[in-house]
Amino acid sequence: MSTNGIHVKDLTKVYRVPEREAGLKAAVVSLLQRKHKEVRAVDGITFDIEPGEIVGFLGPNGAGKTTTLKMLSGLLYPTSGELSVLGHLPEKRQRELLQRITLVMGQRSQLNWDIPAIDSYDLYRAIYGIPQEQFTKIRDEMIALMQLQGLVNKPVRNLSLGERMKAEMVGALLHQPQVLFLDEPTIGVDVTMQRRMRTFIQEYNHKHKATVLLTSHYMADVQALCKRVIVIHHGTILYDGDLAGLVGRFSAMKTLVVSTSDMNGKAPDMAQYGNVLKAEPNRTTLRVSKAEAPQVTARLLADLPVTDLTVEDPPIEEIIETVFATPDEIAQ
Amino acid sequence: MSAATQPVQELPAATLSDRIKMYMVAGRQAIIEQLQYRLANMMFMVHILIEPVIYLVVWTTVSEAQGGSVGGYTTAQFAGYYIIWTLVRQFNLSMGPHSFHWRIKEGRLAAELLRPVHPLQVDIGYYLGYKIPQVIYWLPMGILLWLLFRPEVNPELWQILVFPVALMLAFFVRFLFMWVLGLVCFWTERVDAIFELYFVLELLFSGRLVPLSVMPAWAQTVANFMPFQWTFYFPIEVLLGRVDPQALGWGLLAQLAWITGGYLFIMLVWKQAIKHFTAVGS
Repeated sequence: MSTNGIHVKDLTKVYRVPEREAGLKAAVVSLLQRKHKEVRAVDGITFDIEPGEIVGFLGPNGAGKTTTLKMLSGLLYPTSGELSVLGHLPEKRQRELLQRITLVMGQRSQLNWDIPAIDSYDLYRAIYGIPQEQFTKIRDEMIALMQLQGLVNKPVRNLSLGERMKAEMVGALLHQPQVLFLDEPTIGVDVTMQRRMRTFIQEYNHKHKATVLLTSHYMADVQALCKRVIVIHHGTILYDGDLAGLVGRFSAMKTLVVSTSDMNGKAPDMAQYGNVLKAEPNRTTLRVSKAEAPQVTARLLADLPVTDLTVEDPPIEEIIETVFATPDEIAQ
Repeated sequence: MSAATQPVQELPAATLSDRIKMYMVAGRQAIIEQLQYRLANMMFMVHILIEPVIYLVVWTTVSEAQGGSVGGYTTAQFAGYYIIWTLVRQFNLSMGPHSFHWRIKEGRLAAELLRPVHPLQVDIGYYLGYKIPQVIYWLPMGILLWLLFRPEVNPELWQILVFPVALMLAFFVRFLFMWVLGLVCFWTERVDAIFELYFVLELLFSGRLVPLSVMPAWAQTVANFMPFQWTFYFPIEVLLGRVDPQALGWGLLAQLAWITGGYLFIMLVWKQAIKHFTAVGS
């Protein structure tokens, strides 16, 4: 077990949730007799993350990602299994550990909305006991890197979502944590801001050799940051390995988006080029195999008055869907 | 940031001085927050004043109808009681249990649990700071009421000096019991009925509705077993000059005892509350 990284073995979390059928009768019955069912949110997962690694934690909604991150940060008690972060048991919530980790949840705000972020940062300084000189240096450096100058002096409620997320990220890293749990840190943020946040995370990781466990639905986040990904579904790990391996193996298809000029109402038979995913007037989205993509692209350009054409990998959600569809193949 | 690797600097262990600084920064944050909402604060002040002014009008009327005195209070002493009431009310304002509910629901508590300081400690600093603008906002209202109702307030110097202590302890008693009440939110979301019951008991047995000495003997006996009178009635009576040195000493001890009890109870229940919270999630 690494005392500087993250160690997880057979980790399980079972929630006991109330269950009731619809209707008045069920409501009356539930007054006297409450029914519960057990939901295995995380079901015996095992992995180790070395210090300084950035790992993408992928899976659809409800797969168990956030539950795992909450257990790793000490916000949830595991039902069973082994867990260690920087050599500590997170559920004990010891000061020594809390001073060295952070959890950023893209959909939850930690900053006080009514006051400027810079004032919230000051409170964090006091809470974490960061020496003033060190704090000022780190804060100003991060504000500059995130291009938040001026914005941190506005009340947080007046910031856009992207600006707020950048401010949240700065606040979460002021105490220079060694382990970062990032749960959808770029959700709802525009492309430029996403890129800036990715650079920020990358540089923080390089500079401090910090360990990062990141969940994101954005392929670009994962591609830019993570060499290794862990794919989780129904609480179990389906894949743990190189991102390149995951994309190469399960992204055997390409998506072509073709825009054409108006053909006087004549709609060509796009099905001859590939599987039509979406058909709009003068714009079609096709799915073709990776091997056929160059020929299909050439044919489209030759046959049609193409005004725009893009070739893309399927979104990560789609790749993961493929992974979910073929768990046996992964096991091999 | 440069690309060169720099190990994360270990943060020093927290000292008492760090804790005091943290209270001050949290308090400062509360002041900044309060100063942003001037209109809301003025409206809140009006809202706060309606309650005692109604009591004041009712009891001064009753007193005058009964020859100028009820339950040992003259009409002018009633005026003094309710004017000091408004100051005590401003000072013992604490986070309501509904805020606790909001804090859990919005995930704020989860964020607070990730910090290496107990949320109670941050709240103490915050609510101490919160008093400063609240008392400043109160001043013109207090002066206006004073001029309108001509109260009779006759404290000795030592009573004036002890009043801030009693006031501060009153805040801590109320603050901690609000926290105790807030902990109920860890187990159930439908907490309104419990909160309402608490506030009715507080209204009756704190001296908030009427001075306790005007209440029947049985109510005064019941009040002795509850923390409420130490949050309103006691500090008001101190500044009115109606508390002798012996009663004052016992009163301060009672406040300290309730503070100790409330704090220990919170620490005890907190462990269970967190265990429950971390078992079911936010």
